[in-house]
Amino acid sequence: MPQIRLENLVKRYGNFEVLHGINLEMEENEFTVLVGPSGCGKSTTLRMIAGLESVSDGEIFINEKPVSNLEPKARDLAMVFQDYALYPHMNVAKNMSFALRLQRRPKKEIDEKVGVVAEMLGLTKFLHRKPGELSGGQRQRVAMGRALTRDAGTFLFDEPLSNLDAKLRGQMRAELALMRQQVQKNMIYVTHDQIEAMTLGDRIVVMHGGYIQQQGTPEELFKRPANKFVAGFLGSPPMNFLEAEVQDLSDRSFVSGKGFELVLPEDKAAAVASSSSKAVTLGIRPSDLHYSPDAEDHESVDLQVIVSEYIGAQSVLLCDCGGQKVEVELKSETPIALGETLRFAVNREGIHMFDRETEVAIR
Amino acid sequence: MSVAIKANRLTPYMFLAPAGVILVFALLYPIGYMVYASFLDWSPSQRIGQAEFIGFRNYVNLWGDEAFRESFWVTIRFAAIVVTLEMFLGVGLALLLDRNLKGMAVLRTVFILPMMIAPIVVGLMWRYMYHPTVGIFNRTLKSMGFEGVPWLSDSTWSFIAIVIADVWQWTPFIFILALAAMQSLPRSALEAAEIDGASEWQKILLIKLPLMMPVLIVTLLLRLIDAFKVLEVILVLTNGGPGLSTEILALRIFRTAQEFQELGEAAAMSNLLLMLLMALTIGMFAYNRVQEARVARQRAAAEKDDD
Ligand SMILES: Nc1ncnc2c1ncn2[C@@H]1O[C@H](COP(=O)(O)OP(=O)(O)OP(=O)(O)O)[C@@H](O)[C@H]1O
Ligand SMILES: [Mg+2]
Repeated sequence: MPQIRLENLVKRYGNFEVLHGINLEMEENEFTVLVGPSGCGKSTTLRMIAGLESVSDGEIFINEKPVSNLEPKARDLAMVFQDYALYPHMNVAKNMSFALRLQRRPKKEIDEKVGVVAEMLGLTKFLHRKPGELSGGQRQRVAMGRALTRDAGTFLFDEPLSNLDAKLRGQMRAELALMRQQVQKNMIYVTHDQIEAMTLGDRIVVMHGGYIQQQGTPEELFKRPANKFVAGFLGSPPMNFLEAEVQDLSDRSFVSGKGFELVLPEDKAAAVASSSSKAVTLGIRPSDLHYSPDAEDHESVDLQVIVSEYIGAQSVLLCDCGGQKVEVELKSETPIALGETLRFAVNREGIHMFDRETEVAIR
Repeated sequence: MSVAIKANRLTPYMFLAPAGVILVFALLYPIGYMVYASFLDWSPSQRIGQAEFIGFRNYVNLWGDEAFRESFWVTIRFAAIVVTLEMFLGVGLALLLDRNLKGMAVLRTVFILPMMIAPIVVGLMWRYMYHPTVGIFNRTLKSMGFEGVPWLSDSTWSFIAIVIADVWQWTPFIFILALAAMQSLPRSALEAAEIDGASEWQKILLIKLPLMMPVLIVTLLLRLIDAFKVLEVILVLTNGGPGLSTEILALRIFRTAQEFQELGEAAAMSNLLLMLLMALTIGMFAYNRVQEARVARQRAAAEKDDD
């Protein structure tokens, strides 16, 4: 049974509509990640679920109960803010126990809860410090601890890691994944970082311009993107896009453009045959291109190396393919020279095609 | 140590020197003059050099002076009452008006108008409003069938009258400072409190007021110092009367110098007032220091736990 359901959720600021009818169902104890570029309405959606923003249209259901007119405190949720939003005048223990103290729980119970959560997050030593006396990572943990101590039914996170440096972010991401296994609760997590989304989410919801583009498991979204936006947004380095035409010959179909001609696997050929347009955008992820000098003509592309970025074991090559840019990955020890033309075999499953007009995937 | 380094060390003091000179002439000289004058038996017809040096006799005289003691208590009572009222009203208004409704900006501007009016004008205005027959208060009371109130001619009522006028004029001061403090509060902390289940009252008592406290304490101190020195409005409204019921210290000092021509005694009173205010300031300062020391001690203890 769905735990949280958004039905045609609309948000307007004055006459300016920022969310255009969001429909979303989250299963019980699911970790849902809302991801998308800046300004796409992720925070707005989350804040509406929390009750910090009013709902302009549509409805939010928690356990099948409409909640859009309830106060935040009546919705049984805890939230971690991007800037942590700790109470500066209270020490860590007081911060974490604030909600429980408001509920007038017995002191013994409160101390116990705070103790358990502090232990879990490694905060025991800091319980008597004020937020101002903590490092960024510790503050982040306190914010997390405050939400956990609440013991609410639903956890909301609004870019909780975006204020940390790269190394700490990676570390906290791992801790979050661990915490996620220990705490079985509904979690909704907002981020613009696709790696966070892929590693943490049971379900990813990709948003863009106030619309949901696609939702599904990380694998679904990565392997079968619904449109060009989702395809380009997830994955790093991002998917390469090439302008192309589809040609049907008697026995086989080809997708070709300047500097390349690839034979289409049968299922793709069938999909294109049933679609009206022959003008497509071809999408291939760098991970689906393998350096292979002896590959067949129709199963490979020839790329001229323009720039090589060394990033350790792998190098990212920026190449030219008939005037369009393509990025590929290559083992750093492969001897190559700038300006050289290399042959890369294309993984058959790695061929994605999108209608050039509507940008919808052809599949 | 090389000459260059020595010169480097002296540089900041050279830059401070002009400010230091101004400080000596503009601040220390007049205060020193006043302190010196408080040891003299000095009338306005004499030059300061001709006045007789009488040591602490001015201060001893003050001690025995019934009227001085009375006006000292009037001042304390006045300051305590008006500042308490103003703090409650000012902070309360700020809490009420801290929201983004249409027309709020205009309303806020209207609220701070009283503060911009010259004190003499405020005094004249209120004197007219307190007038026993044509004043707006008594006319309103009478039109509603009540007795008029002897606003300025009864000793209790005249004290109330000056308190009302002062509260009217200075509540806006606390209001704007409190409002500014409130609007710089971290928004997300308040939202977090809302999600944690705090009601409006709990948000005010547990989050807003504690976070505003440093600003409120400074505001309180500023107002208190000002309230001890209040003069013009009361001078115009009651001139200290009836009897000594509204004769605050500043007025007493003014009259001692002006009417009784006792410059030395007036200087002694000024000194007492100055010392009172200094005690207040230093007390507040010490309070801050104690707080800081306590925090530092806690921090040190916490850090020791870390290892
Ligand atoms: N109070 C407001 N008034 C008007 N427009 C607003 C307001 N708050 C947000 N918006 C608009 O709503 C849109 C969505 O904002 P939102 O904060 O949800 O973006 P976001 O996806 O969280 O982006 P980011 O990743 O930068 O946090 C933006 O275009 C923003 O300009
Ligand atoms: Mg946001």
